Amino acid sequence: MELVLDNKVLEFVADFKKPETISKIRKQALDALNGMDFPTTRVEEWKYTRVSKYVKRKYKQVQSSANVEDYTIADLNAHQLVFVNGYYDESLSTILDDDAVSIHKIEDLDEDYYSDLLDDTEENVFSLINKAYQTGGVFIQIKKNKKANHPIHLIHVLDGEEVIANARHFVLSENGSQAEIIATFHSKNSANSFTNIVLEGHIESNASLTINKMQTEEKDVLHMSNELFIQDESSNFLINTITTGGLLTRNGLDVIVEGQNCHTEMNGAYLGTEKQHIDNHTIIDQLYSNCTSSEAYKGVMNDKSVGVFNGKVIVRQDAQKIEAYQSNKNILLSKTASVNSKPELEIYADDVRCSHGSTIGELDQEAIFYLRARGISVASAKQLLVSGFIGDILDKVKNEALRASIDKLFLEDFGWKF
Amino acid sequence: MLTIKNLHASVEEGAEILKGLNLEVKAGEVHAIMGPNGSGKSTLASVLAGKDGYEVTEGSVDFEGTDLLDLDAEDRAREGLFLAFQYPVEIPGVSNVNFLRTSINEIREYRKEDKLSAKEFLAKVKVASNLVELDSKLASRAVNVGFSGGEKKRNEIFQMAMLEPKLAILDETDSGLDIDALRIVSEGVSKLRSKDNAIILITHYQRLLEYIKPDFVHVLSDGKIIKTGGKELALELEDKGYDWINEEIAQ
Repeated sequence: MELVLDNKVLEFVADFKKPETISKIRKQALDALNGMDFPTTRVEEWKYTRVSKYVKRKYKQVQSSANVEDYTIADLNAHQLVFVNGYYDESLSTILDDDAVSIHKIEDLDEDYYSDLLDDTEENVFSLINKAYQTGGVFIQIKKNKKANHPIHLIHVLDGEEVIANARHFVLSENGSQAEIIATFHSKNSANSFTNIVLEGHIESNASLTINKMQTEEKDVLHMSNELFIQDESSNFLINTITTGGLLTRNGLDVIVEGQNCHTEMNGAYLGTEKQHIDNHTIIDQLYSNCTSSEAYKGVMNDKSVGVFNGKVIVRQDAQKIEAYQSNKNILLSKTASVNSKPELEIYADDVRCSHGSTIGELDQEAIFYLRARGISVASAKQLLVSGFIGDILDKVKNEALRASIDKLFLEDFGWKF
Repeated sequence: MLTIKNLHASVEEGAEILKGLNLEVKAGEVHAIMGPNGSGKSTLASVLAGKDGYEVTEGSVDFEGTDLLDLDAEDRAREGLFLAFQYPVEIPGVSNVNFLRTSINEIREYRKEDKLSAKEFLAKVKVASNLVELDSKLASRAVNVGFSGGEKKRNEIFQMAMLEPKLAILDETDSGLDIDALRIVSEGVSKLRSKDNAIILITHYQRLLEYIKPDFVHVLSDGKIIKTGGKELALELEDKGYDWINEEIAQ
């Protein structure tokens, strides 16, 4: 009997390799994909981000190697885990001596624990494709009451054209632990390739986790990122997302706060040029009382680039005394650039302090004249103003080595000094 | 140093504001320009500094042998012109120090001079901030953000001290200052006065001129200088207002 493929998702994954042993999580994802379709712009969550032309393409799962020196960060002194096209490359990776950190394959994550933790959370077609066809990834365990001696640097490289990279990671920050994870994304000669990443985690009571993400892939790749973090009581979670790469990028970031006295902070900086499309979708779901969250995203869009911001803060009925702040500010450097910004608050509790705001504007002409009147060229004046605008987001990156590498990137790519 | 001849200027696609202004400023001189609201004082400052939105329809401005009107705003500054803004602009995220370092470096590059070393720069910052009693902490803060009215004006004179212009135009630098701030600002300006540079003070009030003694006082009215005198003219204006000059001219 000939199988008729009338499902676009099944057609998309048809050539992907299935592993010999199918775990429970893979099985669930494979089953769920049967009934899925790719989102169209008729779906509210995807209104401004059109993926149809990207998902009509065929992508290959191929192992490759990379010149990892191009992607390491000077003086970072980190555990270095390298993924090329979604495959873990042990030979390029370095795990340092650290009694607080234990790094396992993603397959070693207890599936019952994982299923319980993520019960009732939403998946989308891309996270399901990842979970069904992931080719590698790590389960990072930060040990109870310990502080990681080194940051953990996850280096993701796309190598080759029309490649898909399905890496899947999970971070478990045990009670009272502290750690920093740096996730960077790069590409080389990989036109029409696709990074489809899943990064999830559980921050247990009194634990503190910082994630710094930097996506600098070339402007000819598709990047889908699905992130989900669960916070337990009195935990701290900070994630900074810096995006300058990709032709189309969608960063989906959900944080579910499942305990009192938590603090959640998410910051983002996105810089678009040429025809880039950068979409940041975030959710903070507050289920318990006495928590604070703060969210600040800033975009600078040039040429014909398009920015999308959709930030939702949900405060559930029983979550009293919540303080939640959210802001999204954008500067358009050209008449053909655009931003669609949609801040959302959904509040069901009655004793909360929440604010949100969104601005889209141009550079201040009065300020440009003021700088020119001090002998500064128009180009330098614009650089100073843009750097000044985005600088407070970059200041959230406290890791000095990483910050230095961000400053270097911005100077080389945009001529922006800080 | 500066020769303005028959200057006519209007706001773009709008009314003519300067209607044939003549002014000659030589090195070492301080000129005060006074006049009622709407007489064109701030327009003159904006046109000289090269602000967009004004159109020069007639006349010429020569600055040390260069056609000033032919230069972009930044090149005017690099040639040695300085405007102390009436309303200094707040620039969030850009520190005063970073701003001034960029400014000095670009000016020096234009003049084909060597870059200032970090040490020389900091030494200059110290001297200049002492001059206007500006807290050195303000130097590392964002330009004018959260500064009081007085601090903003002192910051303008601090920048003037850093850039050492040949010609400084102070546009109502005295407005909004209390007595102490006025004294600090004007003493700062007086110390920057030398035989090689010149200053144009645009002001409504005589009180600034008690601190910075002008060589000439000009009355600007309806886009033209209608009377020029010594510093005693300022006192007379304070006493009698501007109407008597028009009457005098009518006679």
